[in-house]
Amino acid sequence: MSPLTIALAGNPNAGKTTLFNTLTGARQHVGNYPGVTVEKKAGAYTFATGEEATIIDLPGTYSLTAYSVEEVVARDYLVQEKPDVVINITDASNLERNLYLSTQFLELGVPMVIALNMIDVAQDRGISLDAQRLSGLLKVPVIPIIARSGKGTPELMAAALDLAQKNAPWDPLYISYGEDVDLALQAMAQRINTAGFMTNSYAPRWLALKYLEGDSQIREKGRRADPVVDGELQEIVTKVGEHLLKTMETYPEAIIADHRYGYIKSVLRQEVITHKFDIDRLHASDRIDKVLTNRFMGPLIMLAVLLGLYKFTFTYSQLPVAWFAVFFDWLSGNLSTLLPDGHLKSMLISGVIHGMGGVLGFVPLIMFMFFGIAILEDSGYLARVAFMMDRVFRIFGLHGSSVMAYIVSGGIAGGCAVPGVMAARTLRSPRERLATLLTVSFMNCGAKLPVLALLTATFFSRSQAQLMFLLTLLAWGVALTAAKILRLTVLRGESTPFVMELPPYRFPTFQGLLIHTWERTWQYIKKAGTTILAISILIWAMMTFPGLPHSEEENFARQRQEVTASFTQTTEALHLKEKLAAIDTAQAGSALRHSIAGKIGTTMETVSWLPGFDWRTNIALVGGFAAKEVIVTTLGTAYSLGDTDPKNNASLSETLAKDPHWNPVVALALIVFVMFYAPCFVTVVCISKESGSWKWGLFSICFNTAFAFSLATLVYQGGQLLGLAG
Amino acid sequence: MPTVPLRKMQKDQSGTITAVKVGGELGRRIRDMGIVPGTRITIMGRAPLFDPVAIRIMGGTLTLRNSEADYIEVEIASPEEKL
Repeated sequence: MSPLTIALAGNPNAGKTTLFNTLTGARQHVGNYPGVTVEKKAGAYTFATGEEATIIDLPGTYSLTAYSVEEVVARDYLVQEKPDVVINITDASNLERNLYLSTQFLELGVPMVIALNMIDVAQDRGISLDAQRLSGLLKVPVIPIIARSGKGTPELMAAALDLAQKNAPWDPLYISYGEDVDLALQAMAQRINTAGFMTNSYAPRWLALKYLEGDSQIREKGRRADPVVDGELQEIVTKVGEHLLKTMETYPEAIIADHRYGYIKSVLRQEVITHKFDIDRLHASDRIDKVLTNRFMGPLIMLAVLLGLYKFTFTYSQLPVAWFAVFFDWLSGNLSTLLPDGHLKSMLISGVIHGMGGVLGFVPLIMFMFFGIAILEDSGYLARVAFMMDRVFRIFGLHGSSVMAYIVSGGIAGGCAVPGVMAARTLRSPRERLATLLTVSFMNCGAKLPVLALLTATFFSRSQAQLMFLLTLLAWGVALTAAKILRLTVLRGESTPFVMELPPYRFPTFQGLLIHTWERTWQYIKKAGTTILAISILIWAMMTFPGLPHSEEENFARQRQEVTASFTQTTEALHLKEKLAAIDTAQAGSALRHSIAGKIGTTMETVSWLPGFDWRTNIALVGGFAAKEVIVTTLGTAYSLGDTDPKNNASLSETLAKDPHWNPVVALALIVFVMFYAPCFVTVVCISKESGSWKWGLFSICFNTAFAFSLATLVYQGGQLLGLAG
Repeated sequence: MPTVPLRKMQKDQSGTITAVKVGGELGRRIRDMGIVPGTRITIMGRAPLFDPVAIRIMGGTLTLRNSEADYIEVEIASPEEKL
């Protein structure tokens, strides 16, 4: 016998994920629903009686309309996959609103068990519920549970198994929506029945109801299935709509919602629910909110919390990040002694290990950040941050929740856009989310800092601190402005309604936090690892091939021989080593110039004179696409300085200061360019994966580079005109 | 008792929703969350910049932007009245 399928459905914050974790433990895997970025979580469960089941964690929704991807996904799953049973998890302390979704499941007719979760919290709030009575009225099993401790789950699962094994046909509930709507529904259902209009997927009355609700997805399907019937149904809808607007100043969907709530109220009123206290009584959570969202204290506490998250992520991850670095150094060191010199060795070390090191090096950072965000999210604080910040971010076409992504990306200089992009997941509104994804990379991440530090220290040593602070402000200004521009152009459209729940504060469960963190981290490793390996080998190849021409190589070999020959005394061996090393670095610099990247750099001079960059800078910027840290290293190689330690770049600084090509204006143009040009490819990969399309990854490369180029040109040419280059 | 738009309500003021005058996506979202005529609401507070507003409804707390609250009309309950 194939395992049963059980779908978990319910409102966000009703404890669905907690129940899923309690039931399946570590036996779960995460995928995506086809074509959308909504996570599909499935897990295995074994009943006490030995039966096996697959549990599907449907996305949390408040309704089953077609307005959000989550709702469409949940609905399509129920209608198309027809799970054996649905467990509808509801928040017992907030039952009336939670039953709105339950009512829609009943109208769909799917076999269902209702779990009254957090029954303990409800009791503390003086709410007593009569599960048996509710069960009798709704004609479905109703089981009180506490998902967090697992209390009541055996009974819940037994009820689900019982229902699944009955294998009863779907039995839709008919709610009366008042005379006007009911008559229209009847007429439509009749028409649907006689025409056999999509009846193999949907029940006639449900279909008619969706037409009345103006459901875009169903209408789209209807038009394709049978345009004639679709037209007739639409005609009835229009007529009822006009009638309702004329007589009652309302809409069909409003009538439907009102009657659904009416139905729920009528059920609850039959001694199902009794309140011991006034319903508006302030609970512990509200008292916490009096402080945490206080007009004056609130923002201050929020700032402290965000700073704390930032410190936590970037301070405590330092040690594991260093371990990763040591490990990869050790690996490349060993390989370098084991393998003979040549392209294979160079590719393995510079391409594979450095590339993989670059990706895996982020892992501890991402884990720490996700752990921190999971705490904020699961405790309910993140919703308060969105609440407090919304007014500010809305000006720029963003959402209150965008603040997290910006901070993590480097809103406080030194973050990282990779976890920042992934932090944008907490945003539920698609346009605002995309605008956030595409602009967080403008922040000054930790990898840009060495470049900024080098250039500011060399050319603006007297006001370095002030300048760095100004650059942070500039990054914010540019990112928010760019978001606004995007929202006015490619991401144009109404802002998504903000209507949002402020869930009561809760202590996150440790298991939940760990699963949350691990899941997201593993996805990052999997997604980023494969693509990034390929790209880093590509970049390595670009900076290696075709190599020096034969004549040049001989030239360097001859120099070596001459130097070696001129030193005969053993006492001078040290000196000899130095001389040879100098030749090596000269050769590396020369080889870089002859590589594909070097050719690109030289070719780019035809346009890069505008912002004042020479070929050396160009190569460094090309390399910077791999990771921004590489800019300093590559610049060092291009100036034939040998391996430049990005943290100790005194020699490069001196060289730049002496070079006649360089001056403060060039430096400023380069700073601006580095801050805003194409994000590093790890970020690009993440943007593509998170937005669900490579189109947006490519867009971020082109848009950012074009923007940075214009700004840098403005700075350089403006500086020249004003005669500041002196 | 007078009806006022939700935006005009003061902190800690209570009332009963009389009308939600918006259709489309926003109307649907508002109703999905339980903001329907006949429901009692209380203003919990406003964000530091006076927008959005937090309301207590059906035992839970929701937030709305002022521009969204404009569509919701409320009949104010007198302070001593308890529903």
